[in-house]
Amino acid sequence: MLQDKDRIFTNLYGQDDWSLAGARRRGVWDNTKALLELGRDSIVEQIKESGLRGRGGAGFPTGLKWSFMPKDRGDRPAYLVVNADESEPGSCKDREILRNDPHRLLEGCLVAGFAMGATACYIYIRGEYFHESSQIQKAIDEAYDAGLIGKNACNSGYDYDIYLHRGAGAYICGEETALLESLEGKKGQPRLKPPFPAACGLYGCPTTINNVETIAVTPEILRRGVSWWTGFGRANNTGTKIFSISGHVNKPLNVEEEMSIPLKDLIERHAGGVIGGWDNLLAVIPGGSSVPCLPAGTCSDILMDFDSLREAQSGLGTAAVIVMDKSTDIVDAICRLSHFYMHESCGQCTPCREGTGWMYRVMTRLVKGEAEIEEIDTLLDVTYQVEGHTICALGDAAAWPIQGLLRHFRPEVERRILERKKSMAAAE
Amino acid sequence: MKITSYPEAKSEGFSFTPENLERARTICARYPEGKQASATIALLDLAQRQNGGWLSVPAIEYVAEYLDVAPIRVHEVASFYTMFNLQPVGKYFIQVCRTTPCWLRGSDGITAACKKKLGVGLRQVTEDGLFSVIEVECLGACANAPMVQINDYYYEDLTPERMAEIIDALRAGEEVKVGSQTGRLASAPEGGPQTLKKVPPRDPAAAPAPADPGEAD
Repeated sequence: MLQDKDRIFTNLYGQDDWSLAGARRRGVWDNTKALLELGRDSIVEQIKESGLRGRGGAGFPTGLKWSFMPKDRGDRPAYLVVNADESEPGSCKDREILRNDPHRLLEGCLVAGFAMGATACYIYIRGEYFHESSQIQKAIDEAYDAGLIGKNACNSGYDYDIYLHRGAGAYICGEETALLESLEGKKGQPRLKPPFPAACGLYGCPTTINNVETIAVTPEILRRGVSWWTGFGRANNTGTKIFSISGHVNKPLNVEEEMSIPLKDLIERHAGGVIGGWDNLLAVIPGGSSVPCLPAGTCSDILMDFDSLREAQSGLGTAAVIVMDKSTDIVDAICRLSHFYMHESCGQCTPCREGTGWMYRVMTRLVKGEAEIEEIDTLLDVTYQVEGHTICALGDAAAWPIQGLLRHFRPEVERRILERKKSMAAAE
Repeated sequence: MKITSYPEAKSEGFSFTPENLERARTICARYPEGKQASATIALLDLAQRQNGGWLSVPAIEYVAEYLDVAPIRVHEVASFYTMFNLQPVGKYFIQVCRTTPCWLRGSDGITAACKKKLGVGLRQVTEDGLFSVIEVECLGACANAPMVQINDYYYEDLTPERMAEIIDALRAGEEVKVGSQTGRLASAPEGGPQTLKKVPPRDPAAAPAPADPGEAD
């Protein structure tokens, strides 16, 4: 189990003062100038060596992403955009950073922005996080007043502005190019790539988009050293991670743990165990609603990291663990997610716009068994036609939960259909 | 996709109050010269607050005029994002999270409690204009499920009984504590944090030597 001294988010629950004074006491903004004096190349190199992978779901290597920013951008501005549009069902980790440790994020914004040569940073926060955005704004004001950001940030000679931008309710704006559209004041509909944001992003300028947690951990990696960070988790899955555990556990919570922690340890040690005991477990969605569920049998020895969960045909996603016990109507649980994706499809690509609604309607019938057995394969076929045929990954995210359901719980879906047929026949 | 239709409710003309004009100026200053359209969402939010919780057509078009963009661009934004209400809502606008993590912890019971207590269906405003209820998708507080958002704030770890009490309290004009209704500290486990019981003191040896101790900032 991770020890408190190795936890980065030491005010995760807001036990301590969130403001600048409290943050300084916890080591935030501690000689940030020295971090900047490492130089752009050295910072990017160290983040590459640390193996840090993006915490927003895709797990892309962070240092590599930063290195895509052009070295010579002339007079054009360049931007760091922080994705604080946390909307993945199950995920509620960034919220704790935003409201309880905002300065840790701001320090990360400065260090990361400097490393990639950004001139300014926008923090795009979901509109529903009203309290969280007011905390961030207060922290930004404090940081300006203390000379930590703005002109000559931390006496480094580097000018860097940080602005807050609130969204207004749209899951799709967590997709990086939809987020940029939204930041430009438009509907949040994803852009085609290429061009990638590092070449042509916000206002057509070089831009990198990173998740809140990714940015917030970078100063500590530099301070404590790459070897400290790589000491946690398996190779290629290094570091610490905030896990959100929700659903049928005795004590739902957010907790920062070591990567590659066994799922069972995470649930039993931190979340008070599954309601009714481990044997009462039905399934777990290990990385937020977009990843396929795992049946109880797989959960006993699986490790919580990118590679392990990918091998199990699921994913770490945002490390949002949704636990379902045996009382759960698993078909309805996934049907709810299908409703979610139907609601959140931006409507731009036909396979997603039409497919998400179609999948939801079939799922509602499967919940009640009002279908033919052959329709299960038709549904599966439609998920494959949506997957990979849309501009962004929302289509994939809508398809995967259904694929996971049918991979592991097909007998349950079939049982409902057959039982309903039997009861209909008996009624005649 | 958000399904929208335009309001039938009669609406007067709209313009920002002096305070909101000042706020609008502050918001626009966050964006580079010529990129003021970026402020569309923020200004629609201001307009919605000033207009009693929903956006009338004059309010939307006022924002377009203020930002000097085509009205259709602002209509597009207003109809795309779920937080913009194109119909009047109650003074207390209750949004019940319905997505799987909240549903597993009983969100259906919260919606039912709201409907029963208020005697209205989803999207209907109570006769006194005080309340309306809708179901929304994930609000991002899954470790504190089930939860609702009322106006700007989250009310978490709910039971149907507590939901009814909150409605009573709001109707009586009393203040209701926001956040966890069972007294949990943020998303720490029930019964208090099992980690970070004491915020660990910082180990100065872990930091690289300051380049210039005089300016350690």
